[in-house]
Amino acid sequence: MSGEFEPNIVGFACNWCSYAGADLAGTSRMKYPPNIRIIRVMCSGRVSPAFILEAFQMGADGVLVTGCHPGDCHYIAGNLKCEKTMETTGKLIDVLGIGKERLRLEWVSASEGSKFANVVTDFTNHIRGLGPLSGKSQG
Amino acid sequence: MNSEAIVKETRAYHCLECGVCTSSCPVARVNPSFSPRLLVEKALFGFGDEIVRDRDLWSCLVCGRCTSRCPSNVDYLSFIKEMRIEASKLGEKGLFSHDGILNTIMELQSLNLRQKRTFWITDDLEVADEGEYFYFVGCLPYFDLVFGEGGYCDVGLKPTDRARNTVRILNKMGIKPVVSNDERCCGHDLLWNGDLEGFRRLAELNLKTIKKSGAKKVICLCPEGYVTLKRDYPLYLGEQDLEVVQLYQLLADELEGGRLNFVENGSDNPVKVTFHDPCSLGRMAEIYEEPREILSGIPGIELVEMERNRADALCCGTSGWVNCSSCSKQIQIERLKEAEATGADILLVACPKCGIHLSCAKYNSDIKIDIKDITDLIVRAMA
Repeated sequence: MSGEFEPNIVGFACNWCSYAGADLAGTSRMKYPPNIRIIRVMCSGRVSPAFILEAFQMGADGVLVTGCHPGDCHYIAGNLKCEKTMETTGKLIDVLGIGKERLRLEWVSASEGSKFANVVTDFTNHIRGLGPLSGKSQG
Repeated sequence: MNSEAIVKETRAYHCLECGVCTSSCPVARVNPSFSPRLLVEKALFGFGDEIVRDRDLWSCLVCGRCTSRCPSNVDYLSFIKEMRIEASKLGEKGLFSHDGILNTIMELQSLNLRQKRTFWITDDLEVADEGEYFYFVGCLPYFDLVFGEGGYCDVGLKPTDRARNTVRILNKMGIKPVVSNDERCCGHDLLWNGDLEGFRRLAELNLKTIKKSGAKKVICLCPEGYVTLKRDYPLYLGEQDLEVVQLYQLLADELEGGRLNFVENGSDNPVKVTFHDPCSLGRMAEIYEEPREILSGIPGIELVEMERNRADALCCGTSGWVNCSSCSKQIQIERLKEAEATGADILLVACPKCGIHLSCAKYNSDIKIDIKDITDLIVRAMA
């Protein structure tokens, strides 16, 4: 066990833009923190509040959702649906005491490998600053 | 799995195979493959393994109609509860509705997180941090976020209205109740979905919070919360030095003693209302008359009964957020039609979950009857 806190971050990335963006970051050998575990979803609109709550319940310190830029959604408006869902989920996790600052939504296109790396780096540092989710069942 | 202990504990060996349970069961009426009698029979013949793997184990609404009518006094509710606890140990569970979001919300509350669940309190409400009375709010704040405007399952409801109504009523009685951010889900759904450990964790945290506030009396509006705190907390965590009261009992006493009066609500024509007895308030807690006494005390209200009322009342069709199916919808529509047939303008509910389930069914139908909580009328009639 090293002294410094290393956050667990769950990332949801849409198949058509953000996952390809993450791939580009990888194939371009851009460095970003290894704290994130990416789950591919067909569309960011598929991300249900239940997924996010379950991630926190299972030990995540932060959840990052990434999708296509508005207007670029493969399914026309899935990302806009996601934006709405994130707003209400933010309220929900705030009331639960997790804090909405532990959830972030970002738009990353397939060509934005560097943006993906930056977003992950920034979010990981942000969660590292917040510290572990208190009361977490597992360390 | 050995079902013998459960058979003994729930007196299932008294079963006469008469079938009153199955013919009383609202689920069996719409889903003929579901049979409470068959489940008990299986247990009696030692087929416990079959029961715990059966999907139908989770279709039971635990409405208690079979238990209340069984001539042999078989405790069917405990039978289902114990079987589900056994099934959970094997990793079985029901099919959660709404992606399981409500279940996760309950489980998350057993963590040591600082909730902000009192956001619904408005400036006109008087609440305290310490005192004699603890108002156990229950899941209402979370229901607001899930079923309210913009929520994940928006059916246009505002469940926290009930919480505000309750505090208004209590304030009127001169009670300044304790409302705490550290309150947790009561654990009712976890217990009835077989998660005994999860239930215990929540119950212990709640008892700690209540005791810390110095309260000796806990007031519940939610009938499920009431039954859980009053019956199940002592059952699983030992006797507690706490008096658990239901708001309607408290209110009925005040009315009887003449300490509280209702006023005209302004309209000349009496409003016709009908009352849906929640399973947990009726068959579990046997509180049938108090809400009716309160309603009869409100001027300008005429109460008409549905065909099935009090101990015969029909369940609202879903429980514990599991196995909500086309059968549930059929039961709900049946109940709504029964309410409409009385000619009432308003269907009054006394349980937030009944309100949510019936509103959800109404949302997708052409049924017109208004669904309101009983506290809405009470608050309007208080000067």
